[in-house]
Amino acid sequence: MDAKFEFLCRMGDSTLILGHRISEWCGKAPVLEEDIALPNIALDLIGQTQMWLAYAAEVEGAGHTADDLAMRRDVWDFRNLLLVERPNGDFAQTMTRQFLFDAWHLPMLQALTTSSDKRIAEIAAKAVKEATYHYEKSSEMVVALGDGTEESHARMQSALDLLWPFAGEAFVSDTVDHEMAATSVAPTPETLWDDYEASVKDILSRATLTLPKARFAHKGGKSGTMHSEHLGHLLTQMQWLQRAYPDARW
Amino acid sequence: MHGGSKDMRPKPETILQWLHEVPDPEIPVISVVDLGIVRDVQWLDDTLEIAVTPTYSGCPATRIIALDIETALRDKGVADLRVRTQLSPPWTTDWLTDSAREKLQAYGIAPPHPAGGPKSCPRCGSDQLTRMSQFGSTPCKAQWRCDACLEPFDYFKCI
Repeated sequence: MDAKFEFLCRMGDSTLILGHRISEWCGKAPVLEEDIALPNIALDLIGQTQMWLAYAAEVEGAGHTADDLAMRRDVWDFRNLLLVERPNGDFAQTMTRQFLFDAWHLPMLQALTTSSDKRIAEIAAKAVKEATYHYEKSSEMVVALGDGTEESHARMQSALDLLWPFAGEAFVSDTVDHEMAATSVAPTPETLWDDYEASVKDILSRATLTLPKARFAHKGGKSGTMHSEHLGHLLTQMQWLQRAYPDARW
Repeated sequence: MHGGSKDMRPKPETILQWLHEVPDPEIPVISVVDLGIVRDVQWLDDTLEIAVTPTYSGCPATRIIALDIETALRDKGVADLRVRTQLSPPWTTDWLTDSAREKLQAYGIAPPHPAGGPKSCPRCGSDQLTRMSQFGSTPCKAQWRCDACLEPFDYFKCI
């Protein structure tokens, strides 16, 4: 197993799966502005996926392309965080998932801009500009809905209670992370935790929401050992064309 | 076509002038050069290489732009050319030319402004403005509304 390949798949699969998830709102978001915003964010994430997975395919050296990695792998080969494969649920869950992801993604990309791997640093420098807008949007939305009506507040609190156990996975390191940190390719995940917790708490207090006390974190997404049942269902939609008509071109 | 004698190759400045006539597919009042995405024009022996940087990583216009550039230069007689995607340094709205900013304003799109929001309504000039959404009809734009003339308008956001 090549650690850099694994790491690149973790980055690219997380943006791919989240990009697909939020594109599911296209055409049916609650208001027009959100219907435009979510596919825009999806587009950024899919664009970032192309950069990560194109590099992953080069590192893998097996003659694959970014498209092959996205469309020809099955559940057990995906390395995305469990958080991003969670279903959209209601709008509160979609926004909470986005916020918990963006609050990790933005500082992670900031750290990667100084990666010892030049290509990774370049991709991060491009992506960090887009992620800045994503974080701004999702944190504003968490405050607006959390500190909104009785109904929106209740939905946001239950979304947070549901999704918080999926936020911790990004901050637990394994052998891939150790190798990336040892070669200064990527930061040690744990080092991002304190700032993450502080920024999440700050936004949540403005949103009048309460962070669950339990620190339990579901794991198995970025290692690929234990994806939830939701990822398989997502792939049947996302990959159906390449599965039904392999090598289709138009 | 221009192989053999190197004197026959059009100068990079000439190429850039030609590219000034290639419009951005989504905002046709400005050219790809105005947009600041053409980063380099150089001859590598008999191959012309154009380095283009994407505005947003997922912008669907990027491929069309590469195709438009290729078509325009082939029409000018450049047979051997390659469009290369260059990621670094990442594109910034600071690279929009001054004339691009004027053209955007005249077209009804407020140009990027360092304060993070439009300076004035591109229709009536008022500075009483409200942001509706940080995301708009293309990845590079946000939606704003003028509180004086009540018209919604696009803002080319800073990146």
